[in-house]
Amino acid sequence: MSVNGKPKLAMYWAAACGGCEISVLNIGEHILTVDEVFDLAFFPCIADFKTVDVRGYPDGYIDVCLFNGAIRNSENEEMARLLRKKSKILVAYGSCAYEGCIPALANLTSKEATLETVFLNNPTIDNPDRVLPQPAYSVPEGELEIPEFYHTVKALDQVVDVDYYIPGCPPEPHQVWAVLQVVVAALLDGAPLPPKGSIVGAGDVAVCEECPLEKREKTITRFYRPYEITPQPGLCLLEQGLVCLGPATRSGCGALCPQVGMGCRGCYGPLPGVEDQGAKMLSAIASVIDAGEAGMEEAELDRVIEEAVATIPDPAGTFYRFSMAHSILRRANDSQSDKV
Amino acid sequence: MTESFEPVIVGFLCNWCSYRAADLAGTARIHYAPNMRPIRVMCSGRVDPQFVLKALREGADGVMIAGCHPGECHYVNGNIKTLRRYHLLKRMLKQLGVEEERVQLVWASASEGKQLAEAVDRMTEQLRALGPLRWPERVLGEDGRGANGHEAFVSAIEPREEVAA
Ligand code: FES
Repeated sequence: MSVNGKPKLAMYWAAACGGCEISVLNIGEHILTVDEVFDLAFFPCIADFKTVDVRGYPDGYIDVCLFNGAIRNSENEEMARLLRKKSKILVAYGSCAYEGCIPALANLTSKEATLETVFLNNPTIDNPDRVLPQPAYSVPEGELEIPEFYHTVKALDQVVDVDYYIPGCPPEPHQVWAVLQVVVAALLDGAPLPPKGSIVGAGDVAVCEECPLEKREKTITRFYRPYEITPQPGLCLLEQGLVCLGPATRSGCGALCPQVGMGCRGCYGPLPGVEDQGAKMLSAIASVIDAGEAGMEEAELDRVIEEAVATIPDPAGTFYRFSMAHSILRRANDSQSDKV
Repeated sequence: MTESFEPVIVGFLCNWCSYRAADLAGTARIHYAPNMRPIRVMCSGRVDPQFVLKALREGADGVMIAGCHPGECHYVNGNIKTLRRYHLLKRMLKQLGVEEERVQLVWASASEGKQLAEAVDRMTEQLRALGPLRWPERVLGEDGRGANGHEAFVSAIEPREEVAA
């Protein structure tokens, strides 16, 4: 600890949207306690620090670093390695750092296709010279470099060792505050910390367990997209044909989305013991499909089920919306041309 | 395509029908492709999609799930659960760039040793035509060619850190 004896706090964003920073500020008046207890060592969103400041710190100088955002490019990775070295406790904060989240959906395509969409093909793009970002570029003054854009987006723990995970997109303020209290008690009073590798600030049952909507064990013949129907209030969304990933998602949010008629997106990640959240979501969603009458012809049965699953336009993007980087396959196969 | 490529098929066979079909194919001395590695499960409904993904991730070229015909599952409707998941999984795998032929669902009753053997032969041929999947090497680049140019990057930053310290 430094001269004033206060523990050091850092928060850094890699490939992220900024919502995680807001979620910390969202803890309301408790932010004053955070300010009282901690000294900020690095927090580019709210205070002026430079990377060079961090480089100057001795190893382990930062007590707690909340790292949000996925690892999308070489700068993200460089910062992850640097902050790992300088921090005693490194927390993967929010879904991107924990399991890839929205940025990792790019793993369903290739680096080239992503760059083409963003810089050449989007309807609002005007790029007649077809300029694409170059990692290095020579100008009269010398060589300019920008970070290298990776082919595969990774979660934080796929590049450095992580001590704790806080799920959520973004994490809920009451959960953030609960975690910070545990950390403060540990730093100031020597209270025990949870075992390394724990998922903190979340429950350990499914979102459905927190959800007040009523289930009636109903099956359905097709799915609807949210704009297509207005769900009946008080009833389970999945049983009304709206994709809701509550059955395969960790609790902790209080089932906020289903309660306002929007199916759970799955942002709190897989349930304990599950490796691949998408596979579990797939099973849960498939289980509400009506398989017709017993004794149906096999071909007819196939047809009924195929028609029902065809009403989910983007299964991979839906089931892996938050967990592509941690999925078993990790990314799509884009090497089909390179047959041996 | 090299002629020596022998696809590896991981087969999940249900205890009550398809595993018996495989047994029957053996005792009846039916000749068929030796490419399937059978794993006995109590019911095709026990096959978690995670098992399929894991097999592909760990180097299988294809996965066959085999169970009792609809209406004949020992657990009444385990195979209907399998069928629903299978159709959804197939669509999802397509998005992940896994060709349709690589994951197949087959119904084979205990008396259908011949049908099961034919299904294995057919799938083996299809996979031979597709070529190896080799997910770890071809997709994830775990053969040292460094997906993401990771190695190249690490060696590039280490010196910079020293300068700063
Ligand atoms: S027991 Fe054979 S599929 Fe269920």
